[in-house]
Amino acid sequence: MMSPGLLRYLVGRLVRALLTVVGLVTIVFLLVRLIPGDPVEAILGDQASPEEKAELRRALNLDRPVGEQYLSFLGDMADGSMGTSFRQPDRSVWSMAREVLPHTIVLALAALFVAWFVAIPLGAIAAANAGRGWDKVASTVAVAGLAIPNIWLGPLLILAFGVKLRWLPLPGDDLGGPEALILPAITIGTALAAILTRQTRAAMIEVLAQQYITAARARGVPSIPLLLRHALRNALLPVITIGAAQLGALLSGTVVTEKIFERPGLGTLFLDAFFARDIPVVQGCVLIIAVIYVVVNLAVDLAYGVIDPRVRLS
Amino acid sequence: MTRIRTRLRKTPIGLAIVIGFFVLGLIGPWIAPYDPLMIDLLHEYEPPSWTHLLGTGDNGIDILSALLHGARLAAIVGIVVVGVSVVFGTLLGTWAGYAGRLTDHAVTGVADLVQAFPAIVLNIAVLALVARPGLMHLILALAVNGWVLYARLARAETLALREREFVEAARALGVPTHEVLRRHVIPNLLGPLVIQATTGLGVVILAESTLSFLGLGPGKAVSWGALLDQGTSVLLRFPHVALFSGGAIALTVLGFNLTGDWLRDRLDPRLR
Repeated sequence: MMSPGLLRYLVGRLVRALLTVVGLVTIVFLLVRLIPGDPVEAILGDQASPEEKAELRRALNLDRPVGEQYLSFLGDMADGSMGTSFRQPDRSVWSMAREVLPHTIVLALAALFVAWFVAIPLGAIAAANAGRGWDKVASTVAVAGLAIPNIWLGPLLILAFGVKLRWLPLPGDDLGGPEALILPAITIGTALAAILTRQTRAAMIEVLAQQYITAARARGVPSIPLLLRHALRNALLPVITIGAAQLGALLSGTVVTEKIFERPGLGTLFLDAFFARDIPVVQGCVLIIAVIYVVVNLAVDLAYGVIDPRVRLS
Repeated sequence: MTRIRTRLRKTPIGLAIVIGFFVLGLIGPWIAPYDPLMIDLLHEYEPPSWTHLLGTGDNGIDILSALLHGARLAAIVGIVVVGVSVVFGTLLGTWAGYAGRLTDHAVTGVADLVQAFPAIVLNIAVLALVARPGLMHLILALAVNGWVLYARLARAETLALREREFVEAARALGVPTHEVLRRHVIPNLLGPLVIQATTGLGVVILAESTLSFLGLGPGKAVSWGALLDQGTSVLLRFPHVALFSGGAIALTVLGFNLTGDWLRDRLDPRLR
């Protein structure tokens, strides 16, 4: 049975997430109208005739009062179509996004697994050897991983594993197998791996200082099971949730990575729409990314609140 | 002599990189051996040689010269964006933290909203609304989310400072609010702000490179990111273009990160 405290926490958190989404929608709407520059001119260029401009303005509802525009914009967002593309007037923005979204989500999840796969063992080893050789290796890896920009890491990985070693496919090769996912996932996941390595190390050091670890050691539990079963398990919760909370950041990393590796996805759709000044699609992509961001954070918070009762109090 | 040498050895690498970056940003265009836009189609994509120390790129431009000019753009964008963000963010954050209540809710609410967008997506969305994004638009786009970090930091520090005795004493003496903020609160914020701004410079320079890499940079300007973009498109045949331009970005970001960490260790006594 759900306790009243938990229920209140869940409801409060849901309301806040909903408010954030409405706020985001409003900001997207306002940005289009507040930023200096006329979207109609941005789309048609300077040479367009006044008639063409007027027609596009009508098509975009830009000739109507702002309040009315806002309501119809909210309507488009709420009915799930998110408006229609300028370039393909017969298609809703959502139908375009839905086609490419799976590629992006798979890539972001793969990057998350890369980050966990590197960070958890490395952070645990570093904590177990705090101040010694392995710890220095881990902290160097973490600093380098944070400093290396993904716009450079991607090309470097292609050169090393695609061109020199020929282990993995090059950009533009057939995207059939999962091996095409490896380099893009590493490109996005490296920065997160660096952050999580530090987190794992810090969490493990804290756990290793606890009395039950000393007690287990005194009982003669060998060091490997001690690390894995007793310490890592308890240190892992924050690491996993922090990782999941970064899924939104990973999604934005896909914008760059999809370009480098010439992959289809939400980022590619977003960039193409940007260059074509297809504003409904730009708005839609921003909104989808923002909603994923909010939903993932909400899910992580809720899971955390269910698992750890202390969270609900704050 | 030995003292100078020990001191030199203790000078952090990060700081050396940062100083080198700013010096090159200042004098780079003057010491550049070629015009970075000079077209020389007979010598396109040549590997490094004595005439072109880092080789040539698209249309035969000299990469070293392009990097030196790009350093200036990166430095200008970094300094202006961080400057605007620090001033704007500090004022808002201090105000929110000190006034509390509705002001605080409003500022924190907007900051939360901005942070609910992935930064780069917000930047691109802002740039999408201009026909031909120029330097000013790029700076504006980066400042739209740049201020949030400083506002949060200033707010948190102000909340703590507000309860301190010397601030309370000033208030009890009838010092007007703006005076309290100017003389007692803001000076105490400077340390954490400097640390944050140092790391922030690296973040902004990387963001500028990333936007230029995506093709959203300011028009004709020579940018590291745009050079890396060209390098990536010929990566399989002429890797040196991407290696050098990306290396410049990575080294600069690393420099700012290391300097930020170093400053934090030195300036923040709580961490000692």
